[in-house]
Amino acid sequence: MTAPDASQLPRLLATVARPDLASHLSRWGGPPRRGPELLDELGRSRLGGRGGAGFPTARKWAALAAGGRPVVVVNATEGEPASNKDKTLLVHAPHLVLDGASLAARALGASEVIVCVDRRASAALRACGLAISERAGRGLDAVPFRLEAAPPGYVTGEESALVNWINGNPALPSFGRRPYERGVDGRPTLVQNAETLAHVALIGRFGSSWFGALGTDAHPGTALVTVTGDVRHPSVYEVAMGTPLVDVLAPAGADQPVQGVLVGGYAGTWLGPAAATSARLDPAWLGSAGASLGCGSLVVVGPHTCGLKAVAMIAAWMAGQSAGQCGPCARGLPTVADGLGRLLSAGAPNKWNAQIDRWLWMIDGRGACKHPDGAVRMIRSGIQVFAREIESHRHGGDCRRPPPSLALPRYSEVMV
Amino acid sequence: MNRTRRLVVDPIRCDAHGICAELLPELIQLDDWGYPMVSEQPVPHHLEAHARRAVAACPTLALLATEVEVARTAGGRAR
Ligand SMILES: Cc1cc2nc3c(=O)[nH]c(=O)nc-3n(C[C@H](O)[C@H](O)[C@H](O)COP(=O)(O)O)c2cc1C
Ligand code: SF4
Ligand code: SF4
Repeated sequence: MTAPDASQLPRLLATVARPDLASHLSRWGGPPRRGPELLDELGRSRLGGRGGAGFPTARKWAALAAGGRPVVVVNATEGEPASNKDKTLLVHAPHLVLDGASLAARALGASEVIVCVDRRASAALRACGLAISERAGRGLDAVPFRLEAAPPGYVTGEESALVNWINGNPALPSFGRRPYERGVDGRPTLVQNAETLAHVALIGRFGSSWFGALGTDAHPGTALVTVTGDVRHPSVYEVAMGTPLVDVLAPAGADQPVQGVLVGGYAGTWLGPAAATSARLDPAWLGSAGASLGCGSLVVVGPHTCGLKAVAMIAAWMAGQSAGQCGPCARGLPTVADGLGRLLSAGAPNKWNAQIDRWLWMIDGRGACKHPDGAVRMIRSGIQVFAREIESHRHGGDCRRPPPSLALPRYSEVMV
Repeated sequence: MNRTRRLVVDPIRCDAHGICAELLPELIQLDDWGYPMVSEQPVPHHLEAHARRAVAACPTLALLATEVEVARTAGGRAR
């Protein structure tokens, strides 16, 4: 089949409302039969992971290609409350994700694919289960696929926690154990985000040049972003890498002027009004502003709500999500969350800011996993962006503005 | 480049007994919750015996000495 127009958006979400295998095949053609040379194509595509860290996918595969018979784990747990893109993908384009996993298994010589979905995400579970049985019926894949309903929790999606859980242990991270060396059943394990694999499915079909027809030179392709907060149309959007942030905020219905945008999820970075106006959604621009695309989630603080309350609420939530294994995370994050709560009331001592800074410095980098580091990043940037709010709460007490809405979009509201 | 040792805490095993910080205050300080912050600097020659003793004294085997290649200029803060 000829490749679809490479400049057309959306890509991943092109089959919204037609998630069945027949629609998938008529839109994209059959799954490509590619072997290890896919690794080179992937390298040329410069695809980066979409689970949060943005790690180059080809490098990850290369590290695995060296070991024994691997296992492929599709990470669609998405415990991030402000992100809905992986669940959306599974509901609307499950076969793209599964094609990507199938390609990974083929290229790496894996024996099995395990798809992990949050057990609360019933629509995604149902769609994915259906898609797996459709494929099995057609004998589409060389390896068996297994669907697992993972326990809820933010830290469940951390790769060592997920592997531990698949191995029959609690979904808690390990210290210094890398799944790509020793993962499921002790075998080398590729843990890959669902969206990352969906891009792999298209790169495997149409190549890296097709993939790069959208996006920037350094960061080609498209990205799924979840826009929530003070917006009239909370939704999952697919954008070309490098798209101005304002071009996503407008269709989402964000009232201007925004006071801040949390980019990259609850472990992300707050941008103030100026940065939010000039920001581009790609790792290069965001990196130069001290931020990152993370899982692609954007939480908007509009003109009439209190960003400081959002920082305090999200910090408290992140503290509650600590897996409780490491002191600096389990004890430190609640201490900071309490401290932020005190900043909301009148008369917090001036030295309190310095005290919170000190705690953040103590916590940063000291967990077995990166959960505390993400919370620190969110809080540090929030304190900077909402410095004026801290002062006005200190002098005038509660601003009586509500926090921004932290609700999620529903599947039916998915727009592209 | 130089082969040397660096101390690392396994934060999952560590129970904040604090013995390590008592034995090796030059490289280990406790945070506000009683957990050790270990210097990222390679263990200097004159402290190697103390470091070995601290590693051996940790009741949960949480303090580890890892062999690392370091450039001599490596900086780093206590953590
Ligand atoms: C606290 C924590 C939670 C995470 N949750 C998820 C998640 O829900 N989904 C995900 O794909 N990656 C999550 N990650 C990142 C994974 O550890 C891993 O890097 C990712 O699945 C790799 O896929 P990628 O290279 O395609 O991004 C999380 C990491 C941390 C530290
Ligand atoms: S850093 Fe926090 S979330 Fe990560 S393993 Fe330790 S206690 Fe659990
Ligand atoms: S002696 Fe061991 S358990 Fe105690 S604080 Fe030091 S590292 Fe932690």
